[in-house]
Amino acid sequence: MRRFLTLLGRELGSAFHQPLAYVVLFFFLLITGFNFHAGVSLLNKSAGSTTMVEAFFNTVYFWFAFVLVFPLITMRVFAEEAKLGTIETLMTAPVRDGQVVFAKYFGALFFYLILWLPSLLYFFVFQWVTSMSAAGAAGSYLGAYAMLILIGMLYTAIGCLASALTDNQIVAAVIAFAGILGLFFLGLLSLFLPGAGPFVRELTYYFSPIQHMMDFSRGIFDTRPVVFYLSSTLLVLFAVFQVFKYRRWKS
Amino acid sequence: MIKVEQLTKCYGPVKAVDSISFEVSKGEIVGFLGPNGAGKSTTMKMLAGFLPPTSGSAQVAGRDVFRESLRAREHIGYLPENVPLYPDMRVHEYLRYRAALKGVPGRRMNERVGDVLELCGLGDVEKKIIGRLSKGYRQRVGLADAMVHEPDLLILDEPTIGLDPNQIRLVRDLIRNLKRHHTILLSTHILPEVEMLCSRVIIINKGRIEALDSPQNLRARLGVAGHITLDARVADAKAAAAGIRRIAGVDSVSARTDGGWTTFTIQAGPGADPREAIYDHAVAEKWPLRELSRSAVSLEQVFAEVTHSDEN
Repeated sequence: MRRFLTLLGRELGSAFHQPLAYVVLFFFLLITGFNFHAGVSLLNKSAGSTTMVEAFFNTVYFWFAFVLVFPLITMRVFAEEAKLGTIETLMTAPVRDGQVVFAKYFGALFFYLILWLPSLLYFFVFQWVTSMSAAGAAGSYLGAYAMLILIGMLYTAIGCLASALTDNQIVAAVIAFAGILGLFFLGLLSLFLPGAGPFVRELTYYFSPIQHMMDFSRGIFDTRPVVFYLSSTLLVLFAVFQVFKYRRWKS
Repeated sequence: MIKVEQLTKCYGPVKAVDSISFEVSKGEIVGFLGPNGAGKSTTMKMLAGFLPPTSGSAQVAGRDVFRESLRAREHIGYLPENVPLYPDMRVHEYLRYRAALKGVPGRRMNERVGDVLELCGLGDVEKKIIGRLSKGYRQRVGLADAMVHEPDLLILDEPTIGLDPNQIRLVRDLIRNLKRHHTILLSTHILPEVEMLCSRVIIINKGRIEALDSPQNLRARLGVAGHITLDARVADAKAAAAGIRRIAGVDSVSARTDGGWTTFTIQAGPGADPREAIYDHAVAEKWPLRELSRSAVSLEQVFAEVTHSDEN
């Protein structure tokens, strides 16, 4: 456990030691800030029952920033270590492959969560200025942030897999982006096939992050997406572990 | 300390390391010698537990490097060839991180990191960022990392490559001082280095062990005799060379005249030392003599002999 924490500490340290971290943080704040603005405008125009939380997490800007950020966070984790050759010193220290994979994964996930911390401030400010509740109920917050974490877990794992496959960070980012975008658009399948029956709609619900977020940010808790994201995260992490081991043994 | 049996590593059809076996006992410094691509680094990577072998086994401190990899790795300090380090960390941060990773307990952390900083002469760059260090300092940070957890065995892959002569001397002195506490396996291209540091030499070529002995024995066993140089003033170089060739124990003679002096390069037969006879001959012929010497066989010749004969 001590070794795992040492590794995790190193991952977080290295994430914040590079300028890219601050560039990502800056632009992410910029986009979410704009997204907040767009959400407020939307609320001003429509007199429906939409809450601020719903409006915030269901815009195009939100999804744009969301899918874009994972390749940037994860491209470094394994690729850099392979490129620097430090994988050799790392793996000749008495640490298990699994410890390294998990430390790198949780390091990236933690950075992703930090990106979302300022968003809490938006809702606080909204409530303070308008004296209106930003969400219909507490469940709306819980749902939206739970979904952020769940989808984040899977996409971070996909990014890690891409990074483990290559020692070029750009290549890792491109693979991660393609994979995440592919999965994302798969969830929009029913939009592309308007003639498709209820079966296709039912099926795409299982992997449509937009649908999941829409439900969860309304405070509707559905176990199906939870199981989907947890199990597929584990599956992808298992793949990361295998690729990591394989690449070392081939080198 | 190290026990290697029939260790083999194949990359596809290419055998990088071809069933090598050797043993190293505690407290030895063993030099791993060979041309580029001979399999030195591959063998070291396998011993350090980074690469799995295709077949064969290796033990370090009684632990199988592959079956009990974690246990074995605790006893090994490994410095890879190109000294990979994290450029974004500070020297003392990096050493603390590595020490924690290798299981140095918290209460001994300051002591251990302080010790290796001092031992490797890193005190004045302790707070610097590794990415800004010179090559020599980086090398020493790598060494400090390798021994921060007091391993029984140090595996150093070309620890002096790319350093300037002063830095090389520093690193060599450092290694010599380490002899007291560690068993050391080091690889190098620099032959005088091996002669200076190592108690035994393993010459490896094309994945096979060509020779394994102490530097002294290697010289003797291979029977590479040194040549004798005679520098004298003679009237007729050709006639004088013919005269020398008749001396018992002399194989061949070549002469080179420069001004009034002639330098004879004399190859003696195996095991023969005809210097005395040559001296007597020179006295009898009344040649004024400037030099009569026998060059020591360097490991360089042994190395060339061993690795070259394989190519033919």
